Amino acid sequence: MRAVMRLNPEDRSKMGGRIVAGGQDVTRMSRRRLNRFRGAEAAMIFQEPLLALDPVYTIGMQIVETIRVHERISRADAWARALDLFERVQIPSPERRLNAYPHELSGGMRQRAMIALALACWPQLLLADEPTTALDASVQIQVLLLLRQLQRDLGLSIIFVTHDIGAAVEVADRIAVMYAGRIVEEASARDLINTPRHPYTIGLLKSRTHDAMVKEHKLDTIPGAPPDLANLPEGCAFAPRCYLAQDACRRGVPDLQQLEGGRTVRCRRIDRTAPELRSAAAQ
Amino acid sequence: MSDATPLMTVKGLTKHFPIKGGMLGRTVSRVHAVDGISFDVLRDETLGVVGESGCGKSTTARLLMHLIAPDAGEIIFDGRRVGSRDMTMASYRSQVQMVFQDSYSSLNPRLTIQDSVAFGPQVHGVRRRDALQRTHDLLDRVGLDPARFAARYPHELSGGQLQRVNIARALAVRPRLIILDEAVSALDKSVEAQVLNLLADLKKEFGLAYVFISHDLNVVRYISDRVLVMYLGRVAELGRAEDVYAAPQHPYSAALLSSMPTGDPDRRVEKAALQGDPPNPIDLPGGCRFHTRCPLVGTMCRGTEPELARIARDHDVACHARIPGSGHRPESKERAA
Repeated sequence: MRAVMRLNPEDRSKMGGRIVAGGQDVTRMSRRRLNRFRGAEAAMIFQEPLLALDPVYTIGMQIVETIRVHERISRADAWARALDLFERVQIPSPERRLNAYPHELSGGMRQRAMIALALACWPQLLLADEPTTALDASVQIQVLLLLRQLQRDLGLSIIFVTHDIGAAVEVADRIAVMYAGRIVEEASARDLINTPRHPYTIGLLKSRTHDAMVKEHKLDTIPGAPPDLANLPEGCAFAPRCYLAQDACRRGVPDLQQLEGGRTVRCRRIDRTAPELRSAAAQ
Repeated sequence: MSDATPLMTVKGLTKHFPIKGGMLGRTVSRVHAVDGISFDVLRDETLGVVGESGCGKSTTARLLMHLIAPDAGEIIFDGRRVGSRDMTMASYRSQVQMVFQDSYSSLNPRLTIQDSVAFGPQVHGVRRRDALQRTHDLLDRVGLDPARFAARYPHELSGGQLQRVNIARALAVRPRLIILDEAVSALDKSVEAQVLNLLADLKKEFGLAYVFISHDLNVVRYISDRVLVMYLGRVAELGRAEDVYAAPQHPYSAALLSSMPTGDPDRRVEKAALQGDPPNPIDLPGGCRFHTRCPLVGTMCRGTEPELARIARDHDVACHARIPGSGHRPESKERAA
């Protein structure tokens, strides 16, 4: 996520590969081009709005500043757009709230204000890093529904990062599952939930879904703990915890395999994870 | 003492935190963190406590442990009032233990794992040799090989391992009730499931009761026999987990449960049940605390605070709309009439 925005300090991180957004390679952008890219083409929202917003300026001032950095527009017009944005993110009494400082708003309201700030220059890509994790259940669902609606209304593309599969299912068309720094499975939300193929996805869903949490029944668990990223096991990073691992899995990272329906899986044992086989094994 | 008496009875427990202001540091207002809650914890049961942040879950946990002193109310443990001569604080604390959310900061970084776990029993008069023996047995029981882990320090362990240590430490004084305050919330999902299984096993093996506090409604349903729903320092609903989850009676419980993501891409949530955030526990609305967000609000809800009342077997609700003969009529109907 931070790599997409090139937020990682360049002298302390090594970056390889390419990031192409709107036909342009982000990794090769100049400083100036990057400043245009951030905000006007891609914007980001964070888990903790109180840290992401500036505490000494009102939210309205922060939105106006953002717009005027990117566009030649009068202060009054920028303010009018800020008001429009606040209405879009459904903040009640928006005029009054624009003049509020971040600490004066409630948690859900701050999260909406940060979304409004991110959308200030109508980006096409919104990166959302655990935006609902710190919120209460009743507020979380409001923000998820808001993101869904904004995505439709503005034709946004959203990358939504979360550890909560339930939240991902609420907003996502496609879901990519990551393990130890690699995408191990990618599919439409429906396919991923109904017929997961990577053993890690299978384990994750088994320990979480409603059907799995039946009283008095033991939860199916994935043994062990996530690996240390500084000290990854050779081969497939999931092999030490995998119920299907063979010797071959411990030699070399498995390739990404293409499956029907445009899905991909990074696993050597998918011949053993087809849904028919798994239900047969369970019986 | 017969088995029918509750292990713990909480009556009218109240804690307000004063907010000081002005030049003289006078109390200008109060945070009504916990406002007169009463409930039982039965023997061998897991009581789940759910609610949103700021509703007083954690304050309740700390009051139960007597880590903070209540402003009013009493706790009766095993038929004896806590703090009386029959149930001194020392004897109470050896029977009730707590596990916190942050597994690392709840351990002393300068003590080895075995010293941390053996500390409690030694305070309660167990000889060091016996305490260490007990510690090794317990570490083994929670899935940590004593030969590998006993002499290590907290920073050398992962979050899941540390939480196992905290559970072993809670067990070391042989308690009968453990209060788990968001004890699995900070763990990775895959590790969380392992710890939940461990808690279920230990409960059976040692005949424990749990008060399980969490904001994760799925986990609470899985682990709890009964569920207590809190809203702004009060008990909104208390009942058997399957009843509350299948047919929540308080409109707040109903809204909270319908806010849970379904996890099913074909049945996404279409409408948020509640608008806005929970009100601030400093300036509480008058009458029923939920009336500002309630779909069933009636005139009486603005004036009178509902008391917790039994509406079915093992099912208590604090809502005028659910209490027969309360005189409640929803405003939507009043306007139509």
